Parts: sequence; structure tokens; C-alpha cells
Amino acid sequence: MGEFHFYTKLDQTLLLGVKAGNAEELLAGIQIVPDSSIYHHTHRYLHQHHYLSPEPPNDFAYWTAHVLGDVVLGERLWSVDIVGFQSIAELRQTFVNILEGHLASTRRRIDCAGGQEFHFMASRTYVLPTPHVAHNLAEFAHILNKVSINSLYFHVFDAKLRLERGENDFSRWFRSLGKTELAEKSSRLDPYSHTLDGLRREIIAMVEKHGSD
Amino acid sequence: MARIEDYASFVGQATIDELFLLARHLEGKSVQNVNSTAVGGGVAEILSRMIPLLKQLGVEARWDCIKGDEKFFATTKKFHNGLHGVAVDVGDDEYEHFLEVNRRNAGEMTFGDIVFVHDPQPVALIENRAEIGRRWLWRCHIDFSRPDPKIWKFLDQFVARYDAAVFSAPAFAQKLSVPQVLIAPSIDPLSDKNKELSEEAIASVFERFGIDRSRPIVTQISRFDYLKDPLGVIQAYKLAKQRLDMQLVLAGGGATDDPEGPAIMEQVKEQASKDADIFVLFLPPASDIEINALQRGSTVILQKSLKEGFGLTVAEALWKAKPTIAGAVGGIPLQIAHKYSGILTHSIEGTAQWIKQLISSPAYASKLGENGREHVRNNFLITRHIKDYLLLFISLFHEGDIVYL
Repeated sequence: MGEFHFYTKLDQTLLLGVKAGNAEELLAGIQIVPDSSIYHHTHRYLHQHHYLSPEPPNDFAYWTAHVLGDVVLGERLWSVDIVGFQSIAELRQTFVNILEGHLASTRRRIDCAGGQEFHFMASRTYVLPTPHVAHNLAEFAHILNKVSINSLYFHVFDAKLRLERGENDFSRWFRSLGKTELAEKSSRLDPYSHTLDGLRREIIAMVEKHGSD
Repeated sequence: MARIEDYASFVGQATIDELFLLARHLEGKSVQNVNSTAVGGGVAEILSRMIPLLKQLGVEARWDCIKGDEKFFATTKKFHNGLHGVAVDVGDDEYEHFLEVNRRNAGEMTFGDIVFVHDPQPVALIENRAEIGRRWLWRCHIDFSRPDPKIWKFLDQFVARYDAAVFSAPAFAQKLSVPQVLIAPSIDPLSDKNKELSEEAIASVFERFGIDRSRPIVTQISRFDYLKDPLGVIQAYKLAKQRLDMQLVLAGGGATDDPEGPAIMEQVKEQASKDADIFVLFLPPASDIEINALQRGSTVILQKSLKEGFGLTVAEALWKAKPTIAGAVGGIPLQIAHKYSGILTHSIEGTAQWIKQLISSPAYASKLGENGREHVRNNFLITRHIKDYLLLFISLFHEGDIVYL
């Protein structure tokens, strides 16, 4: 693993024809849609609004708070710490638990206004190799500065949670180079609380700091 | 003609490089677009921009139009209205004529490897797919949220034979037997409606219409029909004006075939005649520069629609970094995340309240506008649209949630 090959990814959005008009239907949908849908609704907001800090909440939380007007449930769904999950299955179960707990705790049912239903979608991801290959940390930092945010996104978000590689691709490569401290630091980063360009700058700064270790 | 490289200044070279990387995967495949008109309408407008750019990326793309007679287009107009939820009556002879025209066109057509059919008019070209072969995609550009069941049943027998159907907004998704893909429309930052304008050009348009740029200006650009709620806009303006000085600009084309259009227009004119700060501008079709200038020179933009297809005027306003207040209908919530990249409202009173807030809080309004521009940069420019089309074509040859190309 001496070299780091930069890949990039591009997403296609699929419409599943499944919709929800209240919290019960949202729960029912979350239980049946494919993993690629859970991934879509917990990451789309971040990819599409990657320039914002703080970023808008995940789709489930946003719809619950802003469309249903249930700010308590919305906050619970928003506060799910996605960085702590190793698989989509665990993440799905957490949303299911929150919604089941909420529905069991209250008899209040709110239906959304007509036309404002939650529409379940899914991401189909196409992964492409880029021509960029880093042979050392200096080259890595130089390339990371110029690849698209899609490439950064693939190696940080998709690699860990969707491809279930345990940690992001950058940290895995740093570890293979014997840069354990850099690997640990970059692995501990919470990418969900940065803008993508902010995340890019932070990783580059870390690499430059540890490059000569 | 625009060059694909010209868009790098808006989206970055890496994004353009990714389009070239994707396009390579279509080598040796021809993509044939088919619709029913070469000029006029949104589909022709986007195809006339998209095809040259696809060619520059190395895709063998072309565009054919089917030929039909008056009876055919009268029938497809009924389909169009019926798919929008308007009650229409289509006779058996009209269905049969629709099929005859499609069969005749299919018989005369040389099909590409990928046949990309736009809207209902040419949908039945696929009738003899067993003989023709090829990969088929159907793109529905219209609001499809409440289709007339009889018309939809007729069209669905053809849609079900396609490899995938494409819709512009999540609400248009149907229970279909084929995969459904979301592809939102886009704006072109190099078009007259969206390109940068000099301060002099903007000022001259406002001067021509007699609008005072030293005072706040609230603007809605849209057709004068009921669904765009121009009367609701006037009411919201009047409520807001009780507390703050401002002018209102309502600009757009005349009423379409909306039967209530003339009545709405009369009421708009009547309201405007009582208030010298309301400017009602009936713009002819070739007024893109004027629309661009009016958007750029306004303080706040409104799109207070009651129903909307996608509502691209919102993306146009956001691209100009304008604080925008819009109804939460159709495709508008895709373009505005409430309080992040603009404001979504549900009532006249709410709209009035937000008009006051945004005029009184220019720093917040400016931040919304900047966020809105970034959102459009990443999600609603023509380069994203091209990426979605390339992925759509490539998807015909791959399976699975994650595809390694």
C-alpha cells in the first residue's frame, strides 16, 4: 500500500415511490427502504450543502422539525452522531429506536400538509479512478488540495460507512505508512461537523504537520 | 456557442474533468434524444444547450423531433392537462390517432443505441421495442403529482416498457415497475437570463421602467396566472408596507391558457393602479436581459407559488445571490433549505413577515443569498444536469447500488 490512488464518486438519485405523511409512516418507510436510501437521507444534506457550517440537519430531522413542526422529535433525529456508526444497519436501527420511542411516549399525531410528504429516495453511486496518485505525504497534500469534493467525500464518508472499511481511506493509508499518530488524529476527526472545504484544509494541515515526523 | 471549459470558472476544473471521465464510458454508444418540437418550450431550450456540450465531451449525441398533425397535438395537449390534474375527456379515436402518429414516426426513424424520449408525445415510439431493440429512457418534464387515472393507465402501458423513467421532483414519483430517477432541471450561468451584468446595464433597465433603486424593491418574476398567486403577492406587500417603505415589481409574460388568467390580470392591474409603488411589467418573450437585471437589482425576490412544477425562477434568483422567499411547493423545497439558503412560506401573512425581516436585516438576507448561490452552484447548474444525464446513460449498462467504472 505504498501509493494512494485517488478515486472520485458521482451519485444518481433514485425515487422509490415510498412516502410518509407523519412520524408513523416515516418509521414504516425507514424500516423497509434499502440501505442506499438511509445513506442518501443522512448524507445528501451534507453533500448538497457542503459549503454551510453548521450544515442543515439530516433529511429525517429536517422534515420532522420544519414540515411536521415537531421540534422535539426533530432534535432527537438531528442529534444522532453519525460519525460513531460503522454500518448503515446500525444507523437505521438507531432512527427506528428513536421513532418507536417517540411514538410510544405520546398519543399526539401530526400529519403534514398535503403535498409536503417525505419522499424516500436512494443514492446509486458510481466510483471512478482519477489520474491522481500520491507516492508520499507531500504529494498527497498537493493532490488533496486540487481533487473535487466528490473525491474527498468518497474517501472519507463512503469508505467508512457505506463500504464498511472501518475507517476513512486516508487514515488507513497513513497507518500503512507507519504514520500512526497522523492516522489516529485523522480517524478521530468528525467530518460531519465541517464544511467539506474546511475538512480538506484540516486534513492537509495535519498531513503537513506530521509529514516530517 | 458555449464551450464546456467555460463552465470551469463556475464549478471548478475538477468538476469538468469528472464529466470527461464519465463521458469516456459512453464511447461507441450513440444517444438519441426525441421530443416533439425543435423550438419553444423548456425541453427544446435545454436540449439546444445540452447537445453541443455532450458532443464536446465526446458523446455521440443527437436530437430528433417527431412529426404530428393538429389532431395529434390537440390530443397531447389534453394529455398534458390531464397529467397536471385537470379534468379532460380523450376519445378512443384520439388515442388511436396518437398511436398511429407514433407508429409512423417510429417507422421513419433511425434509432440510436440509447433512445432518450422526452415527455408524453413520443412515448409510444417504444411500442415495437421487441423488433427495434436498443435501450430506452423516458423523461417526464411536467408536473406529474396528480395524473388523470385514465390517461396515466394509457401512457403507463408504454412507460412500463422503458428501462427507466426520469422525473424532475420527488413528488412526481409514481408506483412504477421500472426504476425511477430524479433529475432536476438546471440553469445555464452563461445564458442571457443568468450571465453577469454590468451595473450600468442593471441601472438602465430600472430607469427604463421608472423604478427607484434608492428604496427597497421586492420582485416576483412569473406568469400572471392563479398558481403563481400575484394577488397574494400584492396582499403580502401591502401588509409589509404598513411597517416599511418598499416598492413591488410583478414582471412576467401574459396569462397562458389558464381560464382564470384574464380575470387575475384585471385584478392585478386594478390593484396596481391604486398604488404608484406597484410596477406591473408585461414582458415580451425575448426579455431575458430585463429579467436578469430586475432580479439582480432587487432587494428581495419572491416566488409565492401555490403550485409549481420545479420553479426554476427560484434557482435563477438564488444564483444572483438574492435573498428569496418562496412557497414550499413542487420543486422549490429542493432549492431552498428554510433559513439556510432562503425562506419557505405557506401563507400571505408569513410572506409579509419575512419580507419585513429580510429588508430590515440586510446582513442575514445577504448570508441567505450567498448560501443560495452556493447551493445553486453545486446542484442546479447545467454541469450537474450533464453529469446526471451521463450517469443515466451509463446506468443502463450496470447494476448494483455501488458501481465501479
